[in-house]
Order: sequence, then structure tokens, then C-alpha cells
Amino acid sequence: MREIDASLITDAVKRLSIEANCHLTDDIKYCIASAREREEWGAAREILDRIIENYTIADEMDQPVCQDTGVACVFLKIGQDVHVTGDISEAVNEGVRRGYSEGYLRKSVVADPLERVNTGDNTPAMIYYELVPGDKLEITVAPKGFGSENMSRIAMLRPSDGIEGVKDFVLKTVEEAGPNPCPPIVVGVGIGGTFDKAAYLAKRALLRPVDVRNEKPLYRALEEELLEAINSLGIGPQGFGGRTTALAVNIEEYPTHIAGLPVAVNINCHVTRHKTEVL
Amino acid sequence: MPKRITAQLSREAARELRAGDSCLISGVIYTARDAAHKRLCELVKEGKPLPIDLKDSIIYFVGPTPAKPGQAIGSAGPTTSYRMDAYSPTLIALGQTGMIGKGKRGDEVVAAMKQHGAVYFGAIGGCGALLSSCIKSAEVVAYEDLGAEAIRRLEVVDLPVTVIIDSEGNNLYKSGREEYLASLGR
Repeated sequence: MREIDASLITDAVKRLSIEANCHLTDDIKYCIASAREREEWGAAREILDRIIENYTIADEMDQPVCQDTGVACVFLKIGQDVHVTGDISEAVNEGVRRGYSEGYLRKSVVADPLERVNTGDNTPAMIYYELVPGDKLEITVAPKGFGSENMSRIAMLRPSDGIEGVKDFVLKTVEEAGPNPCPPIVVGVGIGGTFDKAAYLAKRALLRPVDVRNEKPLYRALEEELLEAINSLGIGPQGFGGRTTALAVNIEEYPTHIAGLPVAVNINCHVTRHKTEVL
Repeated sequence: MPKRITAQLSREAARELRAGDSCLISGVIYTARDAAHKRLCELVKEGKPLPIDLKDSIIYFVGPTPAKPGQAIGSAGPTTSYRMDAYSPTLIALGQTGMIGKGKRGDEVVAAMKQHGAVYFGAIGGCGALLSSCIKSAEVVAYEDLGAEAIRRLEVVDLPVTVIIDSEGNNLYKSGREEYLASLGR
């Protein structure tokens, strides 16, 4: 059994919160830059240029890429041979509290969905725990903005709807979102499981680098086909028209019930943020 | 060439703008988003005075990140505008002439824009670090308790925006997409 002090989790979450909000990962930057090269519509190219200029400024000035520094989604993969001394969820929340304060990040969480009073420190985080073999503890912080979160949808399709039903639902969701989630977007799709599991899969899909495809040929082909179909809609960057509506479609699948075909679509904007550390 | 706009923005000047126009805004504008809009409209309902003068005003839908030492403001890009649809017609009727945000607007907002003469601008969503450099000063003028959602008075220089919906109801989201698809022969 390996001991990990809870304060190490706090320190990591603090660092990751600041780092993720101010510096995009290389995969998303490369994807935006290559979309800019492929884009043929002038107005769309200009917007992609501004987006590149924006993340460059954010890098240089350690400045948040977007003012919506999100709700902190924290994914913990805890090795079964790890024992954490202290309260894990409190350690995560303390890391968020410090990161959002010391990093000059926006506090965007209200304590109650109906009473709506800001908690003032961006806590609580949305924490997802997963137990895995081993003696390591992996922490990923993914700040999630709500312009795109609000455009996310879930459907409980019939098995007879099949792959065509899945495609229709993903395309309909992106079409209805239109300019609202700040395209170009990244589309996380969860297929299978239960109602809640599909939504979780869709969110987890957004953690995968945009240049890594699903390992299964069926889903890899579906990712590629959906990306092409979305980029034929004409919505374009910011919805002003153009090819570049989406940068990637990431699908995660899971076994499901004989009677069901749950599909969740979790949309992210071009400011797709996540950073990971392993303790 | 972008059009230069000075805020405050008169009804007449607002009516001259057309969907698709690139503009650079300089002058004084105000920030407000969900919670501030709700409070403003509650005051209107109760017949009480408002903390800002809406006549010829431009409101930027934004909740900025905190300013670091030496900065006027932190990152400050637009938030999605449809959440303000329930409130914008009331404020437009009271003199507001411009809104800066991103995303679609409801029919009731477009009707108020056409009736009174107002324009809806889009700033690039997700470009908060870039847009921040156009904001020279920021001062909280109401609802400090709302934090990022407080109403701020901003002095801006050459804030880059595009007219999405004009006072005749023309919509760049529709026309821009149609033009692009037409260029592909679709």
C-alpha cells in the first residue's frame, strides 16, 4: 500500500486548474492551425486567425484563453494500492479554491441551481472517481465552459434506430446549437451504457486528444464520417459560414441493455481544455 | 474596411448598420449578463430608477476574469446571448441601442430591435485574452456582490465586432452560411 498525502492532490489540482485555463494542449492548437490552412472561406479564415492570435496571447501572458474558466471537472484514477491520508474530495476542492483565486480565474459556480448565489471560490468541483489497478494516482482537470455545455443533448434511441439514428441525432444536435457554442467545436459522443453512463462517456470523450481516434474500426469510421458531415453543414467558425464547424468528433462506447441505445452529445468549444498529472 | 463606431450609439447611427458589417467600437459601454439583467428588469417592473443610463447605451454580455495587478481587466469575451432574450426587449424599449454577445436571438428581441432601432453585434467567442487588450478601464458601477456578473463601465478602444442582426432584422448567421454554401454550388 502506497501512502499519498492529500495535500499533494491539492497542489496538483491548483497547478492543473491554472495551467489548463491559460495554455491549450498542443493537439488542439495543431488541429486549429491545420483547419485554418484547409479553410477556403475568407471570413472563416479571418476568425481562425483571431483564435490562433488569442491562444498565443494567452500563452505569452499566462492569461485565461477564455473568460469562462468553467466549472472544474476533475477526473481521478486512483490505484487500488494507494491510500490517501486525508479527505480526497476536500483536497480536490481546496486545490480548485487556490487555483481559481491565485490564478485570477473566474468563479462561476452557484451554490444552488434555483437560489443561484455564487460560492465565490468556484467550488465544488465536479469530481469523477475511477478505481484502477496499481499504486499511482492520475489527476485530470478539465475546466468546462457552459456556452457549449448548454448545447449538449441526450437521447434514448431504439435499437432499431441503429447507427443511422446515432448519426441523425449527433447532426441534429450540432445543427440546433449553430453559432451558440462558439464553433469550431469539439464533439464528445457517448454511445451505450445507461442514461447517466452515456453522458459520462460523452464528457470523458472530450479528454481524449483530438488527433487520437477510437481504437475500434467501426467507431473510428463513425468519428471520421460524422466530422465530415458536420463540416458540410456550412455553419463555420462563430456561425458566420465556412467549412470549419468542428475540429474533431470523439466517440466513447460501452455495452448496453437489449432494449436500449442511449446517445449523449457533449459539446466543447475550440477552447477545449484539460491537463493531467500522475502522482 | 471596418466601420468606426463611437459609444454611446444613437438610434440613427444604429439604424445605419447592416448585418455583416465589421466594426471597431470606441467609447463607453457597460457589461451585464444573466443576474444583472434580471435585477435591472425587476427595477423597471417596480418603477424604480436604474443604476445606469440606458439611453443610447451598448451593453456587452460578458463576465470577465479578475484583473491581475497592472491590468484593467482580465479575459473578457462574449457570453451566449439567448439567455438575455427575456430581458433585452425591456431594455431596448428604454433606450438601449446596442448589444454585444454571441449566438442566436429570439424573435421577441429582433422585433424590439426593429421597432426601436437597435443592433446586435457579435464578438469572437472564446477570444477573451485578445478582446481584453481593447478594454482600457473597467469600473464596477452596480451589483458588486455579483462578482463577475456585476455591471461594469468599460472604456474601450477599437473593440472588434461584427453586426450579426441589424435593425431591419437581417441576420448574418443566415446570410453568411447561405453565401458560403452557394459558393460550393449547394
